[in-house]
Order: sequence, then C-alpha cells, then structure tokens
Amino acid sequence: MRYLPHTAEDRRAMLQVIGVDKVDDLFVDVPRSAVLDDLVDLPHHAGELAVDRALTAMAGKNTPAGSVPFFVGAGAYRHHVPAAVDHLIQRSEFLTAYTPYQPEISQGTLQVLFEFQTQVALLTGMEVANASMYDGATACAEAVLMANRVTRRRRAVLSGGLHPQYRSVVETQSKFLDGEIVAGAPDAQGDEDLASLIDDETACVVVQNPTFFGHLRDLRDLAATCHAKGALLVVAVGEAVSLGAVTPPGAMGADIVVAEGQSLGNALNFGGPYLGLFAAREKFVRQMPGRLCGETVDIEGRRGYVLTLSTREQHIRREKSTSNICTNSGLCSLAFTIHLSLLGEDGFKHLAALNHARACETAERLAAIPGVEVLNESFFNEFTVRLSKPAAEVVDGLATKGVLAGVPVSRLLPGAGLDDLMLVATTETTEAEDIAALGEALEGVLS
Amino acid sequence: MSARSQAHSAGRAADTEAPNQMTTHSGHRGLQMEEPLIFEMGSTGRTGVDLPPVPKVANKLGGLARQGDIGLPALSEPQVVRHYVRVSQKNYAIDAGLYPLGSCTMKHNPRLNEKVARLPGFSDVHPLQPQSTVQGALEVIDTVAHWLTTLTGLPGVAMSPAAGAHGELTGMMAIRAAHEARGEARKRILVPDSAHGTNPATAVLCGYAVDPVPSLPNGRIDLEALKAKLDDDVAAIMLTNPNTCGLFENQIIEVAEAIHAVGAYFYCDGANFNAIVGKVRPGDLGIDVMHLNLHKTFSTPHGGGGPGSGPVVMSAELTPFAPLPYVVKGPEGLRLVETEADQAAAGDGGQAYGRMRSFHGQMGMFVRALAYMMSHGADGLRLVAEDSVLNANYVLARLQDVMTPAYPGPCMHEVLFDDSFLKDTGVTTLDFAKAMIDEGFHPMTVYFPLIVHGAMLTEPTESESKESMDVFIDTLRGLAADAKAGDAARFTGAPFLAPRRRLDETQAARKPRLRWTPEAPAEAAE
Repeated sequence: MRYLPHTAEDRRAMLQVIGVDKVDDLFVDVPRSAVLDDLVDLPHHAGELAVDRALTAMAGKNTPAGSVPFFVGAGAYRHHVPAAVDHLIQRSEFLTAYTPYQPEISQGTLQVLFEFQTQVALLTGMEVANASMYDGATACAEAVLMANRVTRRRRAVLSGGLHPQYRSVVETQSKFLDGEIVAGAPDAQGDEDLASLIDDETACVVVQNPTFFGHLRDLRDLAATCHAKGALLVVAVGEAVSLGAVTPPGAMGADIVVAEGQSLGNALNFGGPYLGLFAAREKFVRQMPGRLCGETVDIEGRRGYVLTLSTREQHIRREKSTSNICTNSGLCSLAFTIHLSLLGEDGFKHLAALNHARACETAERLAAIPGVEVLNESFFNEFTVRLSKPAAEVVDGLATKGVLAGVPVSRLLPGAGLDDLMLVATTETTEAEDIAALGEALEGVLS
Repeated sequence: MSARSQAHSAGRAADTEAPNQMTTHSGHRGLQMEEPLIFEMGSTGRTGVDLPPVPKVANKLGGLARQGDIGLPALSEPQVVRHYVRVSQKNYAIDAGLYPLGSCTMKHNPRLNEKVARLPGFSDVHPLQPQSTVQGALEVIDTVAHWLTTLTGLPGVAMSPAAGAHGELTGMMAIRAAHEARGEARKRILVPDSAHGTNPATAVLCGYAVDPVPSLPNGRIDLEALKAKLDDDVAAIMLTNPNTCGLFENQIIEVAEAIHAVGAYFYCDGANFNAIVGKVRPGDLGIDVMHLNLHKTFSTPHGGGGPGSGPVVMSAELTPFAPLPYVVKGPEGLRLVETEADQAAAGDGGQAYGRMRSFHGQMGMFVRALAYMMSHGADGLRLVAEDSVLNANYVLARLQDVMTPAYPGPCMHEVLFDDSFLKDTGVTTLDFAKAMIDEGFHPMTVYFPLIVHGAMLTEPTESESKESMDVFIDTLRGLAADAKAGDAARFTGAPFLAPRRRLDETQAARKPRLRWTPEAPAEAAE
C-alpha cells in the first residue's frame, strides 16, 4: 500500500512498545458488536495506473466546455486560467498547509489572505473584505444574517434579478431563524421597482448586478431608499470579471457586497469548489462572518500577519459566534489572487472589456435570427434571449449537435412561465467561429 | 544551549555574536526571503497575461462603465511567480514535515488525486450543461455516495455541503425538518462540553438552544447527566466520535438508545472518522446522521484553509428531508433532482427542506476523494484506521513518562496531553508549542478541547513512518526535559528561528488593518 509507510516489522515493534499484542487491543473501547470482522463490500486497493484509468474513463463520458462552442453561464463562467496559477497553487507549501493557526510558520498563507482581502475590497469598491466564504450563494445568505444583526431586524427583500439558487439558499437559512423574506417576481426584463417593498422593518435589500438575466442596474437610488429606511443594501455579483468593466457596488452605495469569485483562477469543476467573496463597510467589520487576516508586528518589530477579530468566530464564541464557518475556500482564493496579480490593473480591465465585446458581438448575431429576441438593453458578458420554441428543448437539441448554447431559464425557474428564455454567456474564450456556430445552429433549430 | 538561551532572554543578540543573528544588506537571510506585498511591487505598463485586442463595439454597459483606477499593481509573469514562490516558502506543510494538528487529520495528499481532478472531463465541465453531457460527473457523485454510505452503514447522503461545518448545518436542518414534519417543535440540542466550536454555532443557526452536557473524568460523555437532561423538548445530541479527547465513546450505544427513547436524533460529528474507517460503521452504533470531512479522512488537500467538502450521511428516516440537489438513477441514466418541481416530478417521496449552496457540491473534491478511496480499497482503508490508531498510541506510549496524558490509553487516532508536566516550570502550553516550531515541527492543536487544562491534541495520522515519529517523539522528550530543567527562556521567547517571532495579536485586534492602503509605509525590504 503505497501511502502507508509501516512494514509488518514496524507494526510489531510499535505494538511491543505500546504493550499490546495486536492492533485490535487498541480498539477495546469500541463495543465488540460494532467492530466489523470482515472488510466492507467495496473493491480492494488499486495501483495508480488502475485508478487513473478508471477515473479517466469516467471523465471521458463528459463533454468538456473547451471541446465545443460553449455559452453556458448563470453563475459559473469558463475563463482561461494562466498556467502559472495552477503551478503555484500546487506548491506543497500552499496545497498541504492548514488554516494558519500558528502564524510564525504560516506567513505565506496569511500574506496571501491579506493580499486577497485587499484585492476584493478594491474590486468591489468596499472598505474591508474577509478571507472568503464557500461560494457566492452561501456568502449571500451570510450577508442577510449579518444585515439582521446590524439592523436588529429580520426582513430581507430579495430582487427578482437574484440568482434563483442564491435565493433558495437565503430562504433555506432564513426559515430556520424565523427570518422573513419578501421576494420579487423573476425580473426577466430588468425593470422591477423594489422601492415599494422597503419599509421600516426591512433589514436589507438584496440585488444582483449584473442580474441573473444579465441586466446592469444603477443602484444609487435604491441605496438611498434603503438608507432612508435604515436598511442595508446587499449587492451580489455572480461574475467577478464584471468588476473590471462595471461601476463597483461600493461606488453605488452598497453596504455589503458578496460575489462568486470562481471566474478568477478557478476552473468550472462542475460547480465546485468555488469561492465566495464577502466585503463590507468597515463600521460593520465586527459583525462580519468568516476569517479575517490582519497586519501586525512581531516582537522584533517586523511586519507580519495573523488571523484576527476571532472573537466573532465559532472556535472562540461557540453558540454566540457570527457564523459557524470554519474551513472556507483557501486554495481557491489563492488561485483568485494569483490570477488577478498576473492580470494587473490594465490586464483585468482588458479582460473585462474583451468579455463584454464578445457578448456584444454574440447578441448582435443572435438578434438577427428570426425567432430570437434579445431582452437586454444592457449587459456585461451574459444576456437573455426569448426563443420561439421552449429553451430546454432547444438547448438539448443543440447539445446533440455539439453546441452548448446556454442555460434554459426553466432549469432554474421551472413553472415560472419563462420556458422560452435562455441565458447566453460569453467570455474571452469565445471565438468568432463559436459565435458563428451558435448562430447557425440556432437558425437551424428555430426555422 | 544555555548560552544561546541567555542571549535570547536578554533580547536581541549582537549581530557578531552568533551567525544566526547576523543582519544582511538585502534583508533576506539565505534562502529565507523577505517579500513585500504585491501592492508594493507594482508599476504601470506591465502585464502577466497577453490578451487579444478588444474588438470595436458600441458598449452596452448602460452608462455604468467603471471609472478611474482600481488600484491593482502591474507585473510580468516572472515577477508574479517569484513573488508567490517566495511567499509560499514561509509556510509549514505536510509535504515538508509531520503536522500533528489534532482533529484536523493532516495526512499525505496523494498527487494522483490532483492529476485526475484536472482532467478536462472533470475540471472543464459546467454545472448547468445538459445532463446528457455530464454523465461521467454524475457517476462520480453517485460512486462517492456509494462508498460513503457503505463505509458508514447509513443509507442516504447529501453530497452538496462545502465543508464540515456546512455539513453539520445540513444535517441539523434535516433533523429539524423531520421533527417539524411530525408537528414537533423541539427546542434544545445537547452538546458535550468537549465539542468543536462549530457544533454549538451550528445548532444556533438552526434556531435551536444549546444545552451543554458535562464530560466524565475519563473524557467520555456523562451518560447519567445526559439522561437527566432528556425530555421531549430535546431535538438531538451532537456528539463527536471518536471524541475530541481522542477517545471512543464507549457508551455510545447506550447514548443512542437514550436519545431515541425520547424521540430525539443522534447527530455525530464525523471529523474523526479516520480512526474507524473500514472498521466500524457509525450506522451500527445508532447514529442517525453524520458529516464526513473529505479533507480529513479522504485526503483532499487542506489548501491553507479549504476548500473542504462535507457530505452528510443519514438514516432512511432522515433521507427524505435532505436538501437539493441529489442524483437519482433514471431510464436515461443518472439525473439531478435540482428543484422542488424536479422533486415533485420524481415522485420519490422527497421533502427537501431547501438548498445549501449553488450547484451540486465540491466536485473537484469528490474526484480526489474517490481516487483516494479506490487507491486504498476496503482493505487499505481499514489499515488506515488501524495505523492511525497505532501511531497515536505509539506517541502516547513513548511520551507518557515525560508528558502528561490527559487520560490513560489506549487512545484512538489522536492523543491528548494536558499541561501538568509543565507545572512550576514557567512554561505554558503555548510556549511549548512555539518551541516545537524552532525544532522544525508544526505544533499540535493547543488549548482544545476546552475541558483539559493547557490541552495538546496530537494526531500523527497514518502517513507517518516509525522513523519520522521517533524523531518527533525524541524532540518532544528533549523539550520536556529542558522545561523541567528550568530552561524556560528557550520556550518563553520561542520561536527564534521561524520567519517571524511571536506576533502581536492584541494590536492586530485593537486597531484592525485588514487591507493594504497606499498610505501605508512600506517597511519590508526588497
């Protein structure tokens, strides 16, 4: 067994030092009836070659995004991740370390977290950010709980432009804490007005920008309405690259910003692991969930970093903590930070502009097809089209032709009367030939 | 030895006195590089990524184009690579040495796992692609689920939780949903005083009150005290087994019977499943629901604090309440049940209480865990449990005459010491831990569990060879002897040899600096 170092002689010598005859003598506290005499009914150990072959065969049953014209988004986006990112995150010192509980020998992880928090704050236009959450949806649910703590209220107003799965996660967490949710109807056109739903009982308003349907919204008036009623504005961002092209939530009056950070540094991975970004105004920092890394000095006066404000956290405060989160998305946030560092100021803006331009080209091409209507006046790299046939059928049909055309809205919002809508996403990986292939395939299926 | 300690206790040694204290022109010390923050290195006009030109199009940003600078530095690829390599070198890691962080199970992370997780068929697949194009991905989820349910003897599993604490929340929500489905509004969760902090925090997030249960002097839960608290207002107990003292709860079957007798459920924190995998099935012990940390027992990398993965196995009674999504077998292959409408259409009796996160789970972690499980097999996993327990007991046996075990052996996969061997030495558990850093070891988990004074929870894992443990043990024996010999200075000032000396955590918390700002003085040398 290649992963287990002991020889039979080692085991014998160790048992002798311990003073028992056999290893089962160490399991004496286990009720005898519960110790399995036989092996469980699973395959026996296998060599690296055999395991590699078996898993490669399973992988071979999937259609990788890079092998076809690909326009699937709705909260996860296929971007090119530079080779240096994956090399660096596989360094032993990053990959095989744990949470930096001993800061003197964890300055590597801690410095990266400090850089990450700074990047997230800059991108979102906020004052402070934490060291990451599990994903955008869980970050969103935590933001609602935080808003309840800050305002001492318990009603959240959710925009109909919020990703349906984010909404589900918020609702799920909320119902266990007697939170109240007021949710707007799905806002496919991007013209909802939430102001009438906000009152003196509202803890927060949660909007997504760009919305689930791709619309961009100026949030300044909404922020003013929230603040006039003593509510917080929570802004969710489903595509972190949009922050390179779009006015950040912090500049539009957001109090808490959450985002899905997968787009930078992280592969699609069939939905996980991803990373949630969480940023807020500094005055709320002691109500934030999750790990925070802070700067300090050592006893020789040298700059260093530690996990800080941990009196908010479960390992200190137990039932009085701000969240139960412990392990978060360390390695994913490292990948995010390295990718963004490689891009730099100009590169990040350039990447965002390229994403937007590809979407503009794609929208223009699709709008010319009879039976396709582009709903968005504004968007970043994803938009909604209304098709003359049910979108799920169209998407499935095009998949058999080797085109992954987008996400039928009905997959996430079944029964909402939106069966003719499809989300179409592009990134810098979208080529002119891909756009042409999508256009041609759609023409074929809709004619 | 003592001369060096005196120099340390007197403060900074003169540069000429010991080469170790020498200052350098660059600020670097041999291979130990002082590295500034990336924000202090940037200029303008560089990039580490070449992108094609942006086509000329009329922008559709709706008047919301971002204005002004973001404030990111600009660097080329070699600069970025060097920066993060240098930064990485300030970390301890399992690959570099024994990492005995108790309850964290810092075992070897096989590189095969990393290789297969990066196959394009897994890494380059979108969670919302048509399901006909992701049958292999669904097969991975289904196969991991099969291994986990077989190993635990519990028939259902929720695969989506993103980490252990998230799994706790998932499982406890299922418990509350099950009670509510019967019209019961139970309010209390029993949590032993030795529990992980996540347990009480989770119970509160489910809307429950926490009722602590004391431990016995032998480190196990006090069954009589537990029984005295049981009534029809108790929704569940959250018990870790093997527990956080490194001990198997020898009355666990009686605990389960007592809990079930009042209609409550038994939640088991499975953080320590490594000690019994392949050897004992939690379902046979009367456990109703339990999360598994794939980053502990099943070797997915800890990554400096995640990502984890926390599938929750559960009884047939609780499974219908498991959250969305889950995988079912249909006539056209495997299929995801993603929404309430899907569940209604599936007609499987499911009453999912909701959804815990976006998409379907930590796929990248499932692939790694599956590679690990297939590599070990039923036979190898059982050996994992046995070797992890053997190793901890070997550490206990070889240290019990110089350190003080909190409880007599045998222990399970980790051994707990208290600080009574440091009594009257002027050395605390923290000092002892910091001195281990100078010796080239990551310290064990310290000051947890809370019920033992100055706790030192030590988990070697099955990955360590006898030779490796002997060096570790001999080092701890030496340190224990130094402490008893009155050489407190080498402990109270430690670490001396790490990239940083002790850091001022009080200052960090009092005036939090949580991000770099351009006004900050650049102190680090380059």
